[in-house]
Amino acid sequence: MNFDDTPQEAAFRETARAWVAANAPKELEEELASSSLGRIRLKHADIVEVGKAWQKKKADGGWACLHWPKDYGGRGATPIERVIWQQEEGVYGKLTQPFQIGEGMCGPTVMAYGSEEHKRRYLPKLASGEEIWCQLFSEPAGGSDVAGLRTRAEKRGDDWVINGQKIWTSGAHYSDYGLLITRTDPNVPKHKGLTMFFLDMKSPGVEIRPIKQANGMQEFNEVYFTDVVIPDSQRLGAVGDGWNVSLTTLMNERMSIGARLATGFPEMFEFCANLMTDDGLAIDDRATRSKLASWAVKASGLKYTSYRAISALSKGDRPGPENSIGKLVAGVMLQDIATYAMDLEGAAGVLTGADETVTQGQFQQMLLTSPSMRIAGGTDEILRNIIAERVLGLPGDIRVDKDVPFNKVPTKGRS
Amino acid sequence: MNFDFSDDQKQLRDQARKFLAEKCPPKAVRVVLDGKEPYDRALWKGFAEMGFLGVAIPEEYGGAGAGHLELCVIAEEVGRALAPVPFSSTVYLAAEALMLAGSDAQKQAWLPKIASGEAIGTLALFEGTGNPSPKAIKLEATNGVLNGTKKPVADGAIADLIIVAARTASTGRDSDISLFLVDAKSGGVEAKALTNLDPTRGQAELTFANCKAEPLGAPGEGWSIITQVLDRAAVLTAFEQVGGSDRALEMGRDYALDRIAFGRPIGSFQAVKHMLADMYVSATLARSNAYYGAWALSTNAPELPEAAASARISATQAFQHCGKNNIQVHGGMGFTWEFDCHMYYRRANALALGLGSLSYWEDQLIDRMRKRNAA
Repeated sequence: MNFDDTPQEAAFRETARAWVAANAPKELEEELASSSLGRIRLKHADIVEVGKAWQKKKADGGWACLHWPKDYGGRGATPIERVIWQQEEGVYGKLTQPFQIGEGMCGPTVMAYGSEEHKRRYLPKLASGEEIWCQLFSEPAGGSDVAGLRTRAEKRGDDWVINGQKIWTSGAHYSDYGLLITRTDPNVPKHKGLTMFFLDMKSPGVEIRPIKQANGMQEFNEVYFTDVVIPDSQRLGAVGDGWNVSLTTLMNERMSIGARLATGFPEMFEFCANLMTDDGLAIDDRATRSKLASWAVKASGLKYTSYRAISALSKGDRPGPENSIGKLVAGVMLQDIATYAMDLEGAAGVLTGADETVTQGQFQQMLLTSPSMRIAGGTDEILRNIIAERVLGLPGDIRVDKDVPFNKVPTKGRS
Repeated sequence: MNFDFSDDQKQLRDQARKFLAEKCPPKAVRVVLDGKEPYDRALWKGFAEMGFLGVAIPEEYGGAGAGHLELCVIAEEVGRALAPVPFSSTVYLAAEALMLAGSDAQKQAWLPKIASGEAIGTLALFEGTGNPSPKAIKLEATNGVLNGTKKPVADGAIADLIIVAARTASTGRDSDISLFLVDAKSGGVEAKALTNLDPTRGQAELTFANCKAEPLGAPGEGWSIITQVLDRAAVLTAFEQVGGSDRALEMGRDYALDRIAFGRPIGSFQAVKHMLADMYVSATLARSNAYYGAWALSTNAPELPEAAASARISATQAFQHCGKNNIQVHGGMGFTWEFDCHMYYRRANALALGLGSLSYWEDQLIDRMRKRNAA
C-alpha cells in the first residue's frame, strides 16, 4: 500500500507539470484558487473567453481530452494519465468548466454513435474548445424521468422537424452544437419512441432564454424549438434507439473519477478555527467539534474512495462502484455546512453582503446554491436508486407506465 | 498510486473468510451469546494454528512477522463473522502495548504465548464512567504494587496477561501515569464478569489488592504509550467494524430481495432501497478511511493519530448505522432473538464504546487536525 507513482506515472507527471508551469495563465491562479465553492466567476475576465484560450493552448500542446484517440483531438492517454493530468492542471482545471459537458457527455456519445466523418469533423474542435457543445435532455415534463420527454421530432423527407422545449441547459447561450434527445414515436411505450440527434445551436427556430434561478443567478437556460430542421445525417443511433444512446451519455456523466467535488469542509474548518463567539472560538465548542468531525470523515472518506478508484486505474483495472457515492455525500454536506456556518454567525448570518459577513458571503452563497447540487446531474433520490439497483442488485421500481403507449400516460396528478 | 491491499493480503483475507465461514457460523457465536462458554476455545485454537494471532508479531517472538496490513485484513473477517474470541483485547491492545513498550524479556515471555494462543491479554484502562483520560486513572502503583479497581475491562475475566494503567504521581500531568504488566495467575487480582451489551465478548471488573506488577515501559510514559496503543487499536477495530458493516448491509439486502410484502419484494420499495443505499454509502466511506488508517499504521506515518481518529469515527458511524438499519429492513423478525440481526447491533454498539466513545474520538480528531494545521 503506497501513494507513489509508478516510474512511468512519475515521468508522465513530470512532463505534465513542466508543461503547466510553462503555459498556464498564472495571472488567474489566485482568483481560481479562492473560488472553491460552486461556480467560477472571474472579476476581470470572461470564463468562456479565458477558458477557450486555455483549452486551445492545451489542444495544441496535446493536453486536451487526452484520453481520446489522437485522430479525434486527444492524446491516446490511459485513464490513469488522465487523472494525473487533472491533478497537475490543478486550479486551471476550473477554466474547463464551459467544456465539461462536451468533453464528458456529448463527445463520448458522438464517439460511440457518430459516423467516421462526424467524428473527424466535430471531435477535434470540441476537444480544442473552438466549438462548445451543450446537452439538451431535461424538460419541464422530464427531469429525473428523462424518458418522459415530449419534444417532438417528425420526419419530413430527409430531414427531421423539431418542436418542443428543453430546460436546465448549461451554456446553451454560448454553445455551438447541442446533443438533443427527442420523441419520434408517441404511440409506443416511452423508452421505445426516442431518437438522438445533434444540431447547430444557431439553427433557425432555436430560441434560448436564461432561467433566473432560486439563488438569483442565471447559469442555465430554457431552449425552445419551433420547426427546427435537422438533417437525418445528424441522427446518432437508430430511430427509436435514443434511450440506449442516452445511457451512454449519462454513464459518462457519472464516470468521472477524481472529479473535484466541493464539500465545503476545508472552508468550514478554517471558519470555525477563527470565528470568535461569546463562548470563545467556535472550534472549542463541543457541539461544533462533533459536527466538524463528522464532516471531516466524510470529506476524507470521499478523498480516499477516489484514491481507491485511481489505484484501480493505475493497475489497469476497472474501478469499482464506490465512486457513485461522491455527489450524494458532497451535495448534502454543502447544504448542512452552509446552514451551520450561518447558525454560528447568529443573527448577522442573515446578511449576504461581502462586506457585512465574516467570510465574504461565501456560506450564504453556498446555502442558496446548495439545493441545486442535490438535483443537477441526478437527484439524491435517483443516485440512491442507482446505488440500490446497480450496486446492491435490488429490483427496479415497478413502473406503471412501462408498457403503456406514451400518449396514453397520464400527464396530470390532480385534475 | 497503489492504495489497496496486495494480492497476497487479499488472499489472506479470503483464507480467513473461508476459515471463519466454516468454523464460526452464527450458531457458534450463539454458544457464547447464550452464556454457555466465555469464549469459543476451539476457534481460538484455530486462530493460533492459522497464524492469525501472531501475524503482526515479529518472528523472533514467535509470530509470522508479516505486518499490520495483514492484521487489518484478518480483523475485517473477524468483524464480519462476529468471532466470539478475545482477539481485539489480546492482539490489538496487549500485543501492541508489548511491542511498543515491552523489554526484550517481557516480549520473550509473552509474545510467543500470544501467538500460540496460550495467553489471552488485555488492557485495563477504564475506571467506570468516562473516556480515556489520565485524570480518570485512580488505581495507584506504589513500589510496583497495585491497588484499585478497573472496569470495564474487555475479556478481563479470561485474561492471563493484564496491562494496567496506574497512577504513579499526582502532578496533574500526563506523566503521572505509568503502565504495569500483571500475570493474572500470580495473585492479587480478582476478576468479576459483568453483563454487557454484547455477551459474545466478555467484560469484567478487576480488583487489584496489593497486586505485584512489573513496569511496562519507562515510568511516567504510560499515557503516551496508551495513546499510541489506542490509535493502533482504533485502526484495527475499524476493520472489524467495516467487516461487520458489510455483513449487516448484505443481510439487509438479502432479506429485502427475498421478503415479499404488498405483493412485491420489499427491496423494490424506494423507502427500503434508499435505506440500504445509505448504508452502502456509510460502509464505503468507512472502508476508505480505514484503508488510510491501515496505510498510516503499517508505515508508522506521522499522520497516524489523525488517520486513526478518522478511521475510528467513520467505522463506528457505519457499523452503528448498518446495524440498526439492518434490523429496520427486517421489520419484526429483526427484533427476534432467533434472527442474527441483534448480534450485529450489539457488536456495533459495543465496539463503538470500547476504546472510548464516538464523542471522545471526535474531540481527538479535531485536536489533531488543529495541531497539523498549526504546524
